[in-house]
Amino acid sequence: MDKLQTLQGVAAPLMRPNIDTDIITPAGRLMDASPETMHQFTFEPLRFLPDGGENPDFVLNQPAYRGAVILVTGPNFGCGSSRETAVWGIKGLGIRCVIGESFGDIFFNNCFQNSVLPIRLPAEQVAELAAEAGADQGNRQFTIDVAARTITTPSGRELPFELPDDRQEALLEGLDDIGQTMKHDGAIGEFQERDRQARPWIYLSGQQS
Amino acid sequence: MSDASTLFDKLWRAHVIRPLSDELDLLHVDRLLIHDLSGGRAMIELAEKGLSVRNPELCLATPDHSISSLPGRTAASSPFGEQLAGGLRRAAEAAGIRHFGLEHANQGIVHVVGPETAFTLPGSLLVCGDSHTSTHGALGALAWGIGSSELTHVLATQTVRQRRPRTMRIAVDGELGEGVEAKDVILHIIGRLGVDAGVGHAVEYAGSTIAAMSIEERLTICNLSIEFGARMGMIAPDDVTFDYLHGRPLAPAGEDWDRAVAHWRGLVSDDGVDFDRQEAIDAGEIAPQVTWGTSPWQTLPVDGRIPAPDDFAEAEKRHNSRLALDYMDLTPGQAIAGTRIDRVFIGSCTNSRLSDLRRAATIAKDRRVAQHVTAWIVPGSQVVKAAAEAEGLDKIFLEAGFEWREPGCSQCVATNGETVAPGERCVSTSNRNFVGRQGPNARTHLAGPAMAAAAAIAGEITDVRTLAN
Ligand code: SF4
Repeated sequence: MDKLQTLQGVAAPLMRPNIDTDIITPAGRLMDASPETMHQFTFEPLRFLPDGGENPDFVLNQPAYRGAVILVTGPNFGCGSSRETAVWGIKGLGIRCVIGESFGDIFFNNCFQNSVLPIRLPAEQVAELAAEAGADQGNRQFTIDVAARTITTPSGRELPFELPDDRQEALLEGLDDIGQTMKHDGAIGEFQERDRQARPWIYLSGQQS
Repeated sequence: MSDASTLFDKLWRAHVIRPLSDELDLLHVDRLLIHDLSGGRAMIELAEKGLSVRNPELCLATPDHSISSLPGRTAASSPFGEQLAGGLRRAAEAAGIRHFGLEHANQGIVHVVGPETAFTLPGSLLVCGDSHTSTHGALGALAWGIGSSELTHVLATQTVRQRRPRTMRIAVDGELGEGVEAKDVILHIIGRLGVDAGVGHAVEYAGSTIAAMSIEERLTICNLSIEFGARMGMIAPDDVTFDYLHGRPLAPAGEDWDRAVAHWRGLVSDDGVDFDRQEAIDAGEIAPQVTWGTSPWQTLPVDGRIPAPDDFAEAEKRHNSRLALDYMDLTPGQAIAGTRIDRVFIGSCTNSRLSDLRRAATIAKDRRVAQHVTAWIVPGSQVVKAAAEAEGLDKIFLEAGFEWREPGCSQCVATNGETVAPGERCVSTSNRNFVGRQGPNARTHLAGPAMAAAAAIAGEITDVRTLAN
């Protein structure tokens, strides 16, 4: 997994609530999906017009936000499906951090699997960040410092955010979950041996049928 | 009582291999369900990493998302069927994973196949790369949906790394009114609590109404847990559960069965235990539901009127409702009944089991689907299809002008190319009415199977209670 230590750049406000995974990556685009190509279809229903042209009203189509690396979102962003394409899609657009009041639980987890940082903040703070991100001003640079767990806004305000230690370490070091868990393979084997005595019916024999 | 535990606590504790930090546990996965949309790919990814499937005997794979539902179908009948269902078959065979392929008598939607084969068991921890995995909680399993990276992780290690959610209990008590189904109960709950009420929570459904429900009804309830944000929904196993499971293909047998049942009887929330959140629902208040918007909370009794955005106190709901009414092309103040429709889809992991089809058939019998409506019945599995045919339900539907199709997800998500056309209005027994869910610019109204069948007959959204009389 790639590391995420500090992130500097523009934040795009996308405050519509309940943007679900069917909006982020529509079902019709999943069949051939890969992390490399998904960004072509990210936010398709919002980003493009029925004739296939860009919708100029959509924030990421506006010149000031084309290179955005942060998305400030409305509540419940990423609700709906488990599809990890939603994270591939936003990461493919260059977004490495999403900030909102709440997120779909599976989406929230999927972000960490792809080195994208989701940050939950109280609604008022999200609204303030959205206002700063949307302000028509010269300096638009936000800075996210993963080690310090802080967001620095263009006006120089510093906001702390919460991030569990293990998540922080994984982002900073680019650690992969599978490798981490494999270290516990002995404990997994012991658990199964014990459990097989207590709940033998759980341990099916090999392939039948 | 300090040592009182919730059902959730008991299930969680039984699966902790070791804590990884204060809040993060490494949990054993007893059951992994794999489908064609992400399964084949995850197994290929695993192989590319030089890893193998740790416990193939604890996995079950079946294609559902990409395959056609056309009678007489093959993998080639849908645009990506060969690639995805074929890929799943090859990967499952290579890994030695139990695979119910396209021609297998047990093929079907993962969330239908798991319970009906007793792959899903009370007390088991089950995951699947699909958000509606909460369905399996209806049997007293701890079950939730995971992403594709997590899926690869489970394949390699037979574990998940998971943070403990908060607990929530929803008690539904009282008797259901005439024509009210499990689908109406859960839509009503989501409408009452809101679309994100369950975020971060594991939900236990309890109360006399739930206790009186069949397993198939309970599966419908737990299926929609994710639609108010809860990753896990569960119901304590009881005699109804044990009777349902007994004798199914993968259920324990003989002495193992007796030991298992004795163990399962302890899987209840202890008296007086605390939940982080509690809600009470009066079953008597629930009417047959139909959704009017593009999120499942936007539901109303079928005899109700379409709300105006200004009816909602919260700015966010007003905003959402305005967008939804526009997308759905509906006018506030109108009765929802009488809204003309183009399509009906009866199927999906929410409502495609035998009892669902029976209720729809009761409505369809000796009636005709309206001229302008295309109506599909897509059974949830080959087992459901065979059982329905054995009692003649297929004939009732075909005579009424419904299409009788092959098992799979089909129009619930339309990844197999079976879309609702732009601008068309569909009454669907599935679980998501999101923008574009059934196809670009498709308009979806969620309802139960009897209401959907009634809409097919009437050619418009209609109150099943008036049609039944
Ligand atoms: S039927 Fe629909 S909701 Fe259920 S698993 Fe298939 S696509 Fe998902």
